[in-house]
Amino acid sequence: MMRRTMLFLPGNTPNMLINGDVLGADSIIFDLEDAVAPDEKDAARILVRNTLKYQKSSACETIIRINPLDFGEWKADLEEVIPYKPDLIMPAKTSSAQDIQIIADYMAQIEEQAKIQVGSTGILPLVETVLGVEKAFEIASAHKRVAGLFLGGEDLTADLHCKRTREGQEIFYARSRIVCAARACGLEAYDTPFTDVEDMQGLVKDSQFARSLGFSGKAVISPRHVETVNALFSPAPEEIEYAHEVVEAIQEGKRQGKGAVSLRGKMIDAPIVKRAEQILDMERQMFGGDFH
Amino acid sequence: MEIRKNAAAGTLESSDVFICVEPYGQLSVQIQSVVQEQYMEAVSNTVFQVLEEFEVKSGKIQVNDRGALDCVIRARMETAIRRGGSR
Repeated sequence: MMRRTMLFLPGNTPNMLINGDVLGADSIIFDLEDAVAPDEKDAARILVRNTLKYQKSSACETIIRINPLDFGEWKADLEEVIPYKPDLIMPAKTSSAQDIQIIADYMAQIEEQAKIQVGSTGILPLVETVLGVEKAFEIASAHKRVAGLFLGGEDLTADLHCKRTREGQEIFYARSRIVCAARACGLEAYDTPFTDVEDMQGLVKDSQFARSLGFSGKAVISPRHVETVNALFSPAPEEIEYAHEVVEAIQEGKRQGKGAVSLRGKMIDAPIVKRAEQILDMERQMFGGDFH
Repeated sequence: MEIRKNAAAGTLESSDVFICVEPYGQLSVQIQSVVQEQYMEAVSNTVFQVLEEFEVKSGKIQVNDRGALDCVIRARMETAIRRGGSR
């Protein structure tokens, strides 16, 4: 599943929930946590449940961010949405494998009661505490429902007792650690949103840096950021062309019984082939077929 | 469910609906909608369906629709009823 962009939508705002799937993001996140005032949590849950029930998007993946385990709303969040099979649940402030286990067990209980297949909905843990960063591998490998790791930079910097900056040096370690932990488990890693909606230059720089570290995509808090982030997390046409050449060269080498193959004057080794296959896989997801 | 106290749900923003419920001796429903010329019947049907689902037999229900979809009207009606009512 390609998640170049994951667009946050406030869970109690009908206009955004209903139109969110036409804004070009690969995934939309219905937010029941920070974007909803404490005295409107009940209204948001019912609205999100009804949106899933009557208006579920077929255009993009639906993720629900639920309240953290230490904030007594998470069970009610799950009870409302799990019967309508959102693609993923994003638990806020995930800090341990035990957190994942508790949530997965409760999801299974609701699925059984609703008579739907257990495991219908995955989990995308939001890692945004210092403890969560340190236990990232444990979280990623905690349960088969876990679909990846998502880094939340805003809460993390508060937990680190430092200031969130445009350059993001303060979250460099966390970013690297999240990518390593996710990749070690064969999962994808997703980067924190760039929160200055007006600063498009900053968005580009931040996204390019995240991609260079190994992130597969990035959350966005504004529809205005979707197109830019999609483009920056997509392979460039020359990358796609090169990937096709690599795969064709390997196939030709096999036909000719060659042990080693070179392309454009350079040897093609296993990591190059693996990278080419990843790019071609993205091309298939972006265009639905081989357009070479 | 019986409406036992005043309660509200929703907003007056575009695509939303603002619902007020209050205790009353009989069932009284007032609906205003920015799309009433085209969709009054549909809005009204949804409002009465939710009242029926929650077995609300009495109460003053005021609906101020700003072009909400059916699923939004259902959600806001349910929220207002749950906030103001009890079994």
